[in-house]
Amino acid sequence: MRPPFLLDFCASIESTSLSNWIQSQSWVIPTFQTIHLLGISAVLISILMINLRILGIGLKDHPLIFVLSRFTPVINLALIFLVMSGLVMIIGEPARSLANSAFQFKMLCLLIALFIMMIISKAMSEDSQYWQKSNKRQFNLKLLALISLALWVSIVFAGRWIAYT
Amino acid sequence: MELMAISSLLQWLNDSALAILISENDFLFPWIESIHVLAITTFFGSIAMVDLRLIHISFLERSVHRLSLEILPYTWTAFCIAFVTGGLLFISKAISYAHNEFFLIKMCLLIGAAINMLIFQKITGSQMSSWVPHAQPPRAAKIAGIISLLLWITIIICGRWIGFTLLPTLGS
Repeated sequence: MRPPFLLDFCASIESTSLSNWIQSQSWVIPTFQTIHLLGISAVLISILMINLRILGIGLKDHPLIFVLSRFTPVINLALIFLVMSGLVMIIGEPARSLANSAFQFKMLCLLIALFIMMIISKAMSEDSQYWQKSNKRQFNLKLLALISLALWVSIVFAGRWIAYT
Repeated sequence: MELMAISSLLQWLNDSALAILISENDFLFPWIESIHVLAITTFFGSIAMVDLRLIHISFLERSVHRLSLEILPYTWTAFCIAFVTGGLLFISKAISYAHNEFFLIKMCLLIGAAINMLIFQKITGSQMSSWVPHAQPPRAAKIAGIISLLLWITIIICGRWIGFTLLPTLGS
């Protein structure tokens, strides 16, 4: 998707002095990409732990509510670093990111993945046994976990593909 | 003499059918690279969990021993995937990588991380199943955790810098 207004927006970001500064310093983009990678590591391992617990594969001796409350703050903190480092990359190279189909696909996956996490924890914040109360709910939870894992893998892949699209 | 052997090995890798397949296909290199990124981020996340437990910062609800038993299988799986995909990326442009200083630093640091891990497994942490579960791990174990974290972060930094310094640059 490259609608004219988006390209105009990219052009106006590109003409800012901050964007020019980022482009002129060769160390900025790789530095923030590295921070972004470390943030991805924290989110990915947290998502893996939560979803493996849901699927009954890992951390079986802790209840799901414990695993969720353990890793949700890690995800939230890492997301702050990811958004900030991502913004630096976008401001530095707006057209390469915002108008890039791999980037747009990544953002779509990210929104759905965050929405799934929200559904899971929202239901549990009202009733910690919510997902255990029927076979159908247990099945739905496991399905959400699998979709979430697939989405995060897609997010990582799409992130790398921004460089090639 | 040895340098000659290394350079002819690099030339052989660089010109191998596998190298040509990866470097001439528009999709193979980015796909392998994507899997490499997925593997290293999973690897780093999981080893950071164990290191943070060793340094006594986080995941204190589990003993070092139990956390290691639970997490390290994922760490090793991710490492193996990163190693194989990294190897394929290297083979596809063996000569360029071998002349890249960040690649060379990364390889030295990898050896350092392996030595750190070996010392921990054979000496410092060999008795960890008998450590008091909620007490502070021994000082040597904490130092091993700190070294591990610092080494792996530096390895990731070098890895990212390779993408910007490899000639010809691609995939930055």
